[in-house]
Amino acid sequence: MNGKYRILLPVLSLAFLLAAVFYLQPRAMSYFGLNLLFNLAVPIALATIAQMMIMMVNDIDLSIGTFVSFVACVTATFLHDTPVLGVAILLAAILAYAGLGALIHIRQLPAIVVTLGMSFVWGGLAVLLLPSPGGTAPVWIRSLMTVKPPLVPMAVVACVLIAGISHFLIMRSSTGTLLRAVGGNAQAVARSGWSVAKLKAGAYALAGFFGVLSGVCLVGLTTSADANIALRYTLLSIAGVILGGGEFTGGKISPVGAVIGALTLALAGSFLSFMRLSPDWQIGAQGAILILVLAVRLLFSRRNRKWKEAAQNG
Amino acid sequence: MDKSFVLKLTDLPRRPWFWAFAASVLAFGATTYLTDGRGGAGLLSAALTFAAFSAIVGLGQMFVITLGPGNVDLSIPATMTLAATLALKFMHGETALVLPGLGVALLVGLGAGGFNYALIRLLRIPPIIATLSASFLYQSLAIWSNRGLRIKPPEVLADFTTGSFFGIPNMTLIGLLIAVLSWIVLERSIFGRWVSAFGQNTRAARLSGVPVEVVRAVTYISSAVLASLTGYFLASFSGGAALNMGAEYLLISIAVVVIGGSSIAGGNSNVPGIWGGALLMFLIVSMLNSYGLGAGVRLIMTGTIIIGIVAAASGKGRAV
Repeated sequence: MNGKYRILLPVLSLAFLLAAVFYLQPRAMSYFGLNLLFNLAVPIALATIAQMMIMMVNDIDLSIGTFVSFVACVTATFLHDTPVLGVAILLAAILAYAGLGALIHIRQLPAIVVTLGMSFVWGGLAVLLLPSPGGTAPVWIRSLMTVKPPLVPMAVVACVLIAGISHFLIMRSSTGTLLRAVGGNAQAVARSGWSVAKLKAGAYALAGFFGVLSGVCLVGLTTSADANIALRYTLLSIAGVILGGGEFTGGKISPVGAVIGALTLALAGSFLSFMRLSPDWQIGAQGAILILVLAVRLLFSRRNRKWKEAAQNG
Repeated sequence: MDKSFVLKLTDLPRRPWFWAFAASVLAFGATTYLTDGRGGAGLLSAALTFAAFSAIVGLGQMFVITLGPGNVDLSIPATMTLAATLALKFMHGETALVLPGLGVALLVGLGAGGFNYALIRLLRIPPIIATLSASFLYQSLAIWSNRGLRIKPPEVLADFTTGSFFGIPNMTLIGLLIAVLSWIVLERSIFGRWVSAFGQNTRAARLSGVPVEVVRAVTYISSAVLASLTGYFLASFSGGAALNMGAEYLLISIAVVVIGGSSIAGGNSNVPGIWGGALLMFLIVSMLNSYGLGAGVRLIMTGTIIIGIVAAASGKGRAV
């Protein structure tokens, strides 16, 4: 699939799902309904962008769910009680992410194992901070997440902002191009004089940054935190990136697609509850939707290849 | 004769699995040192039992990881849970149904592995996403059939999984048996050569006549079958199937492969290391436990130790 079609399928699947939801529940077609549908999608979209930063450099982050949970715990405790210390901890967490990126590159470690190990570390830290669910959301994030802009609900505005900013950062800026090049051909980047270790550290730091945003937003929505609050984000974020047209290797990613992928997954949950599907099948249906979209994507790319072949022959 | 023995001894540290066993011995020593040597036998027996579960799923994961970059089975926990739930439900605590129950578990494994492979092959989905999305389906099936009930395993089966034979836990014997079989398959059979060839260079393997798709299918199916077997035994061992029983085995199955010295990039695996890694994973946790550390610190230490081992063991001899 080339660049132009990459974004088409995620947009179509989101539109299809949205149409189905509106058909089943016409009342969702309102300011309030949309806000309700997409509210919890904001932190998922941010976590998906974080995952995308890692997948951009050909790695995969299996710790993002525990990391977001850890950030949520910090937000509900330190960031609320002693804001300066809270900010310092979150900055240190981003630095830790950058350090991991450098370590993974310098020692040529498998990212899947290192991040799996880190998921224990973040999980442990989160348990230390909040052994039982609790904490309080800082007032400013609470009011930021519940602000009611005119015409379009906050959740939609936030998602458009996230997509726009990350698109500009990754697809339009020179740094973004370099970062994607690390995923495409790290050797070529190194040969042309760039430090791949620094670039990889940068990509990981960006992932840490978006992970922090995700955790803070999540607490803004839920008002309290616990150590397991975002564990499912690991799988959701990987699925979101893939649904959005990203690939595992080659630095082929799409920030706008990733946000749309995250929205699709979040919407899938609401769609299924409108279908009155038993909660037992919720997770399974998300898996089925994922498989379905990938199957359609295969059809797209095959059709595309046939056209190209026909064009060449004709 | 003597000389060759000495040579072999000095050669040991160069074996990829050596460090996992050395670290296990250290962790064992550190734990028993604290208790003045008391409880050493109990700890050893517990370690051998729990390591057996990790080793069996680890062996399945090892074959999958040997296939090369991008190949990993993320559906292991869900397959374990589904197989255990369906098998225990089928047996319903009746002794006569123990063997048919095992058959049900293995069938679940065959089905799950076949489905995983079908997604990878027919829909060309990357294995990570294929096994991940399939695991959602298995998980839902397990939730649906379990309904929050905890069905007890047949008495005979519970006794067997917790029992021992001449002082060696039964589960250890099963784990060792599967390890020996896996070693023969990997090191002494044509299929093992095929798996390694697939992981080293799939294109070259295909061009030289290796039936690559058969290799991939058998590998994914055997991983799922080993997972369902573990689920069957683990549920009987712990007195019933729980929906979260497989959760920790995702990390463990990957960690034991890497700690055991197999290459995460594929193409080069070794079986003894799986047992070394499995023992180490259990002994680290029990060491941290016996030093009286809380759950949080224990998790942090476990994660740090895994990363430390991986950072120390790899990073040499691999071209950028």
